[in-house]
Amino acid sequence: MKFPSRKNALYLRLISFIFILFVSPNLIANSDHTNQLNETISTLLVKSFKQKTQAVKALAELDHPQSMVILEALLDTKLYYQRADKTIVIIHKNDQGYAIKKALNNKSLGIVKKKSLKKITTNNKLRKTIRSLLAQKKILNNDLSIRQAAIKEILTKTDPSLLSTLQDARNKEKVAAQQELLDLAIALIQADNAETETRLSAINLLGSSLYPVARGKLQELLNTNGQGEFLETNEQIITATQSALKKINGKLSFFNNIETLFFGLSLGSVLLLSAIGLAITFGVMGVINMAHGEMMMLGAYTTYLIQQVMPNSIGLSLLVAIPAAFMVAGLFGIAIERGIIRHLYGRPLETLLATFGISLLLQQMVRTLISAQNVAVVTPSWLSGSLIINPAFSITYNRIYIFFFALIVFALLLAILKKTTLGLQVRAVAQNRGMATAMGIKTKWVDSLTFGLGSGVAGVAGVALSQLTNVGPNLGQAYIIDSFMVVVFGGVENIWGTLVAAMTLGVANKFLEPWAGAVMAKIIVLVFLILFIQKRPNGLFPQKGRSSGGH
Amino acid sequence: MIFNRFFPQFMQNDKGGKILLSLLATLVLIIVIFNRLIPESSALHIPTYMVTLLGKYLCLALLAIALDLVWGYCGILSLGHAAFFALGGYAMGMYLMRQIGDRGVYGNAELPDFMVFLNWQELPWYWFGFDNFAFAALMILLVPGLLAYVFGWLAFRSRVTGVYLSIMTQALTYALMLAFFRNEMGFGGNNGLTDFKDILGFSLQSDTTRIVIFSLSALALAAGYIASRYIVESKLGKTVIAIRDAEHRTRFIGYKVEDYKLWIFVFSALLAGVAGALYVPQVGIINPGEFSPLNSIELAIWVAIGGRGTLFGAVVGALLVNYAKTYFTGVLPEFWLFALGTLFIVSTLYLPKGLVGIFQRHKKEPENTPKPIPPKSQSQELAQ
Repeated sequence: MKFPSRKNALYLRLISFIFILFVSPNLIANSDHTNQLNETISTLLVKSFKQKTQAVKALAELDHPQSMVILEALLDTKLYYQRADKTIVIIHKNDQGYAIKKALNNKSLGIVKKKSLKKITTNNKLRKTIRSLLAQKKILNNDLSIRQAAIKEILTKTDPSLLSTLQDARNKEKVAAQQELLDLAIALIQADNAETETRLSAINLLGSSLYPVARGKLQELLNTNGQGEFLETNEQIITATQSALKKINGKLSFFNNIETLFFGLSLGSVLLLSAIGLAITFGVMGVINMAHGEMMMLGAYTTYLIQQVMPNSIGLSLLVAIPAAFMVAGLFGIAIERGIIRHLYGRPLETLLATFGISLLLQQMVRTLISAQNVAVVTPSWLSGSLIINPAFSITYNRIYIFFFALIVFALLLAILKKTTLGLQVRAVAQNRGMATAMGIKTKWVDSLTFGLGSGVAGVAGVALSQLTNVGPNLGQAYIIDSFMVVVFGGVENIWGTLVAAMTLGVANKFLEPWAGAVMAKIIVLVFLILFIQKRPNGLFPQKGRSSGGH
Repeated sequence: MIFNRFFPQFMQNDKGGKILLSLLATLVLIIVIFNRLIPESSALHIPTYMVTLLGKYLCLALLAIALDLVWGYCGILSLGHAAFFALGGYAMGMYLMRQIGDRGVYGNAELPDFMVFLNWQELPWYWFGFDNFAFAALMILLVPGLLAYVFGWLAFRSRVTGVYLSIMTQALTYALMLAFFRNEMGFGGNNGLTDFKDILGFSLQSDTTRIVIFSLSALALAAGYIASRYIVESKLGKTVIAIRDAEHRTRFIGYKVEDYKLWIFVFSALLAGVAGALYVPQVGIINPGEFSPLNSIELAIWVAIGGRGTLFGAVVGALLVNYAKTYFTGVLPEFWLFALGTLFIVSTLYLPKGLVGIFQRHKKEPENTPKPIPPKSQSQELAQ
C-alpha cells in the first residue's frame, strides 16, 4: 500500500480540521443546550407565579433559539402541557382541534382534543416580565432583522425599565439606522427622567426626529390640566419642548408639501398620458374623439389579457403589454377613422356624437365579451412597495415609474412629431391642410395614421392606468373629461402645452385637496378652467398665426 | 281650412307642429277618458303608471325642444342641458321636500330626513322660502336661467364656439354632478331628494293628481313648442339661424351675435328647468345622476334622431328613443347600450336630417332652394 502523497495528506488534514472546527462543537453544544432547555422549561410547571417568574428568567438567559419561541408562546397563552406525560407543547387551534408541537424542538405531535391538554397560566405581572425579557433578548440579538422588528415594537410602547438594555444595545450597535432608532427610544424614556439636563438633551434629540412617536411624546409633555396650565412645572423644559415641537412641525410641513407636490406630479403624469393622444387627434385633425377613454380601457384590458396568457411572468407581461396595447388601440383607432370619422370631416359636432356612440359600443363590447365586473390586473413585484426616504416622506414605486414612463412617452411622441417624415407631414396637415395636399402629402393617409398614433398612445396610457386604478368597462369615462380639460387648458396643436397643463392641473388639484376636499378640489379646478377658457379661448400656448376663429 | 283657425298666424306653415299639437290634445283627452271614466276592470282602462310614464316622456320631449332650439337653430351643441333640467328638478324637489313636514321617517317638522340623519341643526339659508310654492316656481325658472346667463355671458363674449363650447358645457354639468354628490351641499348627497308626499295639498299618489300633472306636462310641452316656434319664426329667430350658418358674417353685418346667442341660450335653459320641475313629481325622485354628462349626450341623440332644426323632430326623437329605452332595458338590457351606440353612429352618418328628414325628402322639394350638385362618381372621373 502506498502512502498518500504529502499534498493529499495535507488536504485530508485540512478537511478533517474544518470538520472538527465547525461540526463537532456545534453538535456538542447543541445537545448540551437542549438538555439545559429541557431542564429549564420543566421548571415552568409550577403553581406559584414567583417560581414561574424565576423559571422564565432562567429561560430567557439561555442562548437557545427555541427559548424565544417558548416565551412568545407563553405570552400568547399558547403554551400547554399534556396531562398524560407532562410534555410541554405549543398549540395551534384549527378546525379539527388543537395541533400541537413539542416545545423543546418544534416537532409536530399531531392533533389532539382540548381535554388532554392543560394551559400553563400566566398573570399580568408575569406577562409584563416576559414582554420586557423578550424585548431585551431581541434587541441584543445577532440577527439584524430581529433587532429591527424589536426596536419597532419598543418604539410603539415605551417601557422605562428597558433603559439600561437599550443603552447597552446602543453601545453594541453598528448599523447606523438602528443606532438612530435606539437613540430615539432612549430619548423617549429619558424625556421623563428626573434630571433636567438629561431631559433637555433628550427633548433636543426628539426635536430632530421625524418619527410620529417623537412628536407624540413632545405633545404629551405639553399636556395641560383643565385650567389650561401645563402639567409640567419646569419652565426650561416647557420652552425646550415648545421649540422642539416647532422644529418638528416645520420639517413635517416641509415634507408634507414635497409629498403633495409629488402626488400632484404623479396625477399630472396620469393626466399627461391620458391627454396626450387626445392632443394629437384634436390638434391635427380637429376631431373630438369621445372614444378616447375607451382606447385607454382597451389598453388596460390588453394588459389583463396578456397577463392571463402568461401568468408565470407577470413582470415581463407588463413590458409585452406596452407594444401590444399600442397595436390594439392603434388598430381600433385606424378602423374607427376609416369607418366612421372619415365621413364626418368638417362636421365636428357630429363627429363628437358618433365617437360617443363608439365609446358606448366599446364599453358594452367589453361587458359582453369579458365581464361587467372589474378585472384584476396583477402588479409585478418591481412596481409594488415604496421608496422610504424618511419617516415623514415615502413614495410608492408604481407612481415613480409611471411618472418617468409618462415623460418617456412624451419624449418619444415629441421625437416622432419633430424628427420623422410622418411627423413633418402631420404638422404640415395640422397647419394648413389645403396647402399640404397641394404639396403632395396624402392627407387622408396622414389622418388615419395620426388617429392610429393618438389612439395607440391612449392604449399605452391604459397599461399604466391598469397599475393605478381598477380596470373595468368604465375606466375611460373617469378620465375623458379631465383629459379634455388638459387639452383645452394647454392649447391644442401643441404637445408642450399638454405637458405643462397636465402637470399644472395635477399639482393644483393635489394642493387644493387638503383644505377643500378631493371632490371640491376637482370642482374648483373645473370652474377655474371654465373661467380660464373665457379669457384665453385657445389655451395656454395658442398656435401662432392667422385664423379667423372658429374650428 | 277651419282646422287652421286653432293655430296662431306664425304656425300656419308649420304642418308638423300642427299635427303634433293636435295629437297632444287628443292624447290628453284619451288619457283622461280612458283613465278616469272607464272603470279599472275594463280592458280599455289605461293604468295610472302608464299615464305617469307618458308624462315623463312629455317632460323629456320638452327638454329636447330646449336643446333643439340652441343646437338646431343656433348651432350651439350644449352637452350640459341636463344640468338646467336637473336644477329645475331640484328646485321642485326642495319644495316637495318641505311639504313632507313631520311625516318623514324621523318626524322632524323643521328638517328633511337626510339633514336629521347628518345631524344638521338648522335649515341652510338656501332652503328658506321653498315651503312656498310661488317662491319655488320662481326658483325653477331663476336658477337654471341665472346659471345659463352667467355661463353664456362668459362663454359667448369670449367667442367660445363649436366643440370647445360643447366640452365646456359638459365640464359644467360634470362639476355640478360632483358638487351635488357631496353631502355637505345640503341636497341629500347621492340619494338626492325623494319620498315626496304631496304637492299644493294634493297627494302625489292619487290618480287625479297624476292626471293633472300629466296634463300640465302636455300643456307645458305645447306652450314650449308654440313659444319656441314663435321665436324661430320671428325676426330674432332669423338672425339666430344666420348666426348658425355664418357667425362671422352676421357679426360683420353688425348684429351683436353674443346677445342673440345669450338670449336663446337662457330661454332654452328656462324650458329645460320647467321640464325638470314637471319631471320630478312624476318620477318621485331627483338625484345627482341627472347631472351626468351621459344624460346630456343622450339628449343630443334624441334631437339628432328626430331631426334638428324642426322642433317637432326633437319631440318625435325624444318619444321614440325613450320608448325604445324603456322597452329594451326591460327586455334586453345588454342590447340597449349596443342599440344606443349604433343610433349615435347611424344617425350622424346616415340621417343628417333625422327621421323627420326622411319623410320630408319624399315630399316635393321647395322650388327656390338650389339642388345640391351630385358628387361625381368614380367611374365618371375615370371616364374623363
